[in-house]
Amino acid sequence: MSPDVLYTIEVILNGLMAGVMYSLVALGFVLIFKASGIFNYAQGVMALFAAMTLVGIQNGQVPFSHLINAIFGTHIHHFGWQLPAIVAILLTVVVMIIFAILVERLVLKHLVNQEPIILFMATIGLAYFMEGFGDLMWGSEIKTLDVGLPQGASLALEEYTLKWAAEGSEYYGMYLDKLDMVAALVALALVITLSLFSQYTKTGRALRAVADDHQAALSVGISLRKIWVITWCIAGVVAMVAGVMWGSKSGVQFSLSLIALKALPVLILGGFTSIPGAIIGGLIIGVGEKLFEYSIGPLIGGATENWFAYVLALFFLVFRPQGLFGDKIIERV
Amino acid sequence: MNPLKIVGVALITSLASTAAMADLVFPSLSYRTGAYGANGIPFADGYADYFTLVNERDGGIGGIPAKVIECETGYNTQKGVECYESTKGENPLVYQPLSTGITYQLIPKVTADGIPMHTMGYGRTSAKNGTVFSNVFNYPANYWDGASHAINHILSENGGDIKGKNVALVYHNSAYGKEPIRTLNELSAKHGFKLAEVPVDHPGQEQKSQWLQIRRTRPDYVLMWGWGVMNQVAIQEAVNIGYPMENFIGIWWSGSENDVIPAGAKANGYKALTFHAVGSDFPVFDDIQKHVVDAGKAAGAGDQVGTVLYNRGMYAAMLAVEAAKTAQGIHGTADINAAQMRDGMEALVMDAAKMESLGMAGFGPEFTVDCKNHGGPGLGAMQQWDAGAGEWKLISDFEPSDMEIIQPLIDEDSNAFAEESKIELQECA
Amino acid sequence: MFYRQAGDFKTTYRDDIQTFPLKQDRWGYYIVLAIAFLVVPFFINDYWTSAVMLPFLIYAIASLGLNILTGYCGQVSLGTGGFLAVGAYACYKIMTAFPDLNIFIVVLLSGVITAAVGMLFGIPSLRIKGFYLAVATLAAQFFLVWLFNKVPWFYNNSASGQISAPERSMFGFAVTGPNADAPVRYLFCLTFLVLLAWVARNLTRGRLGRSWMAIRDMDIAAEIIGVNPLKSKLSAFAVSSFFIGVAGALFFSVYLGAVEVGEAFGITQSFLVLFMIIIGGLGSIFGSFAGAAFLVLVPVLLKNIMVNWLGWPTDIAVHIEFMVVGGLIVLFLIAEPHGLAQLWRLAKDKFLLWPFPH
Repeated sequence: MSPDVLYTIEVILNGLMAGVMYSLVALGFVLIFKASGIFNYAQGVMALFAAMTLVGIQNGQVPFSHLINAIFGTHIHHFGWQLPAIVAILLTVVVMIIFAILVERLVLKHLVNQEPIILFMATIGLAYFMEGFGDLMWGSEIKTLDVGLPQGASLALEEYTLKWAAEGSEYYGMYLDKLDMVAALVALALVITLSLFSQYTKTGRALRAVADDHQAALSVGISLRKIWVITWCIAGVVAMVAGVMWGSKSGVQFSLSLIALKALPVLILGGFTSIPGAIIGGLIIGVGEKLFEYSIGPLIGGATENWFAYVLALFFLVFRPQGLFGDKIIERV
Repeated sequence: MNPLKIVGVALITSLASTAAMADLVFPSLSYRTGAYGANGIPFADGYADYFTLVNERDGGIGGIPAKVIECETGYNTQKGVECYESTKGENPLVYQPLSTGITYQLIPKVTADGIPMHTMGYGRTSAKNGTVFSNVFNYPANYWDGASHAINHILSENGGDIKGKNVALVYHNSAYGKEPIRTLNELSAKHGFKLAEVPVDHPGQEQKSQWLQIRRTRPDYVLMWGWGVMNQVAIQEAVNIGYPMENFIGIWWSGSENDVIPAGAKANGYKALTFHAVGSDFPVFDDIQKHVVDAGKAAGAGDQVGTVLYNRGMYAAMLAVEAAKTAQGIHGTADINAAQMRDGMEALVMDAAKMESLGMAGFGPEFTVDCKNHGGPGLGAMQQWDAGAGEWKLISDFEPSDMEIIQPLIDEDSNAFAEESKIELQECA
Repeated sequence: MFYRQAGDFKTTYRDDIQTFPLKQDRWGYYIVLAIAFLVVPFFINDYWTSAVMLPFLIYAIASLGLNILTGYCGQVSLGTGGFLAVGAYACYKIMTAFPDLNIFIVVLLSGVITAAVGMLFGIPSLRIKGFYLAVATLAAQFFLVWLFNKVPWFYNNSASGQISAPERSMFGFAVTGPNADAPVRYLFCLTFLVLLAWVARNLTRGRLGRSWMAIRDMDIAAEIIGVNPLKSKLSAFAVSSFFIGVAGALFFSVYLGAVEVGEAFGITQSFLVLFMIIIGGLGSIFGSFAGAAFLVLVPVLLKNIMVNWLGWPTDIAVHIEFMVVGGLIVLFLIAEPHGLAQLWRLAKDKFLLWPFPH
């Protein structure tokens, strides 16, 4: 094979991997939108908050240390322990569950039966609050996240693919990031668990019932509030996974909350209500933007990825206005 | 009590008793929050700590205490305006806006208000032309100097001949990131290397395409003009594709501990430009430890002392204090105002003896500022990351940039601005 | 007691359909206008202008624009930042290309150019609806920012890619540039706001506005009763973009004086203006004002209280400011889900009947 073909394959593969990373973020949006019709603007901030909490617990940071020091003039920063990653992850899950319960108690409970735009606005308020709260709790410096995930190029793959290139051509083997591969596996596991959960458990069936029709679900005795807490818990855990994956690359810092922007075109393409849609939408966006940047990008000055994702989604939408996998929009007068 | 709190309390009392004591006011437009907060914290700490040191150790500047008014911009232009307007009435001596956006926004304003502004290693490069930008200073070095330093470093590594070499520039796709391109194009014409531009869009969390491109084209050197999360991701990706780190050179805003630590041990050897020394191996740090940190007066947590950005903030404060002293000398009064401060900045001389006396021998380059040249000679050095020791090391002296290339560019850009904005040129003796 | 309908008789249809049918409302409105035009300029200083009034006035114009599109016509838009940028860059290009043109006309022309761009990006709205439409406008947002960053013609080939507003005056007073006085800049923006609010008010209760609302409430039904969706949607995009373009031009030339597209007109601006109209109240002129005021004034107020009065460290103050703003948004919602405008309306209704509610 000529190196050009191999490069294209490499770009496509890496696009798929990037797409998985986008899907991880999009998944959290879809879960909440399906169960409660809320477009959760705070999802990105939740990912940041979860990752910060994880690092904070793992490294034994004292929460609100900055505030405490400013008020009492003390100099406390660390408890002085270093927890194993798995313990920290479990504790973070507990924190996210508490968070979900609080959101339900303090916000959603009071807004039952309101229009989607109003619930959307409530999540804006939530996002503002979390942004300040997270920083106040854990500080704004960049934290290194290390839960033992592998990083760097897969040398085995590089070696294996080296001989694919035609004799004498300059080729260095195919590049795939190990972290991306792990992310792909995690995403796969997550989707399988979620679909098994929603197919075969009682709670899962209740979740689907609520997603189909709130009132019908209520009338057969499903507690809407309980379901909302569960959805927000799951979304919190998904946010944590996304935060860990993205945070491993760049360190945990404020910019992590901006990954939500990467998920928007994915959502729009895949449809707000479909879990497979989030995955496939992510893959299409990932491959599309990487291929475009690879082939057309250099001709028009590069850095096209930000807008191309939206233009791609727009192109699909003109043909399917409800997204690829969204529920068909039926309009009646 | 937190020193910031003290500053705040001082502010209240000063508001209550207006102008009871004329302090020398140095506003600090810091950003401790937002996407770039992690970088803003050490700089703001260093800036505040040096003034605290001067007050505690020397009893102020020429006997008058310095007062730092901190105002949070969050690296946001609109908040920067708010900060400027809210501190303008306190007789500030010099503004350090710490953001390219705020700098551009303030250039006409400070000129109209007669307050000097110091943009150290950022801002508008052509502000070096003092005849056009009478109130803006960007000593000791600017981005175009930086581009030239990087190429000079590559030249020296290759025995002065880089004809046919490939150099890639990975840059933040914004005004800041695009700064070096024109200089690098001129330099590539002069030295015969090939420049490839690789833009990364804000915020830069996803750079797969860019680094695949670099892996494919194998440039001999990669330069980076990055900021915020883009730095960490770029260094991580460079590590991932196995790019030789010693051929990867960042600008000074891509060369702090924050940028390399997340990538771990493999970031060893990464280089970055700088215009001041690194580490805490200077007598001045003993003073800071004694008078500021141990006295419980450190800004922030006090754990940033000696980091690259802390040193930069401290260096900026030191230059401001020295300029104020110069101004006091010129005008024969300790109680200087903004216009006198401007004169002091324009006559600033930083020589070895002066830095030695401050306990900062060799901390920065030696330079002088004059009416025509507000940027100094543009000296810069190279630092390299030692991941094993976990610290940056200077690997070169402060060396000059290629003014033959840069000066015409500065003249062109500043004259175009003067023309467009109908600025009267400052008369220089 | 003094605020009531009783005794305020209308004798003509004209009286009956006026904007403020209540005498007290009318007088209140005139007094506010008089204070804004005749009193405030004499007391305003640089801080109040640059930190409070200008952002409020300009965001109010942008909110009016977005409210026409989203609140009245029901088309969700997240392209506000991009359209603000079009206004700003159009203003810059016209200012530098025709230095003698009056700045007032320059700003209006910027609005016209933005209206044209807005209509272009509004075309997909004919097929895509609701949250999905946000994608079309987001594409506008990201593409426009990329374009202004990439093509040097837009920033006159300057080395840095920043645009700076040169000095322009009206009636001998500098309006833009560093020498513009606070009252002049304030009055310039206020004039635009009052004019545009008047236009918006009268458009939205005229034939065009009714066609927008018909589309918003149910587009298929509207089509059946003879409202042309193409004409209504595109006109909403055009009018809305005109407002936003004017806001962008003022934002650049009068308020900041120098901008860079990615930093000043990023996606956060789009969200901010959307937040303003949701918090203020969708489909309400007053809501646009209230939302802009809330998101501009509350942070400045909180900052001044916490940093300048209480002397807290600036970073902690900012974190708490975020928490308070977020908490207030949620609280307002729980109290009144339809925004500040509805809260205001309810308060007025209560007052009308006070002190005899039954």
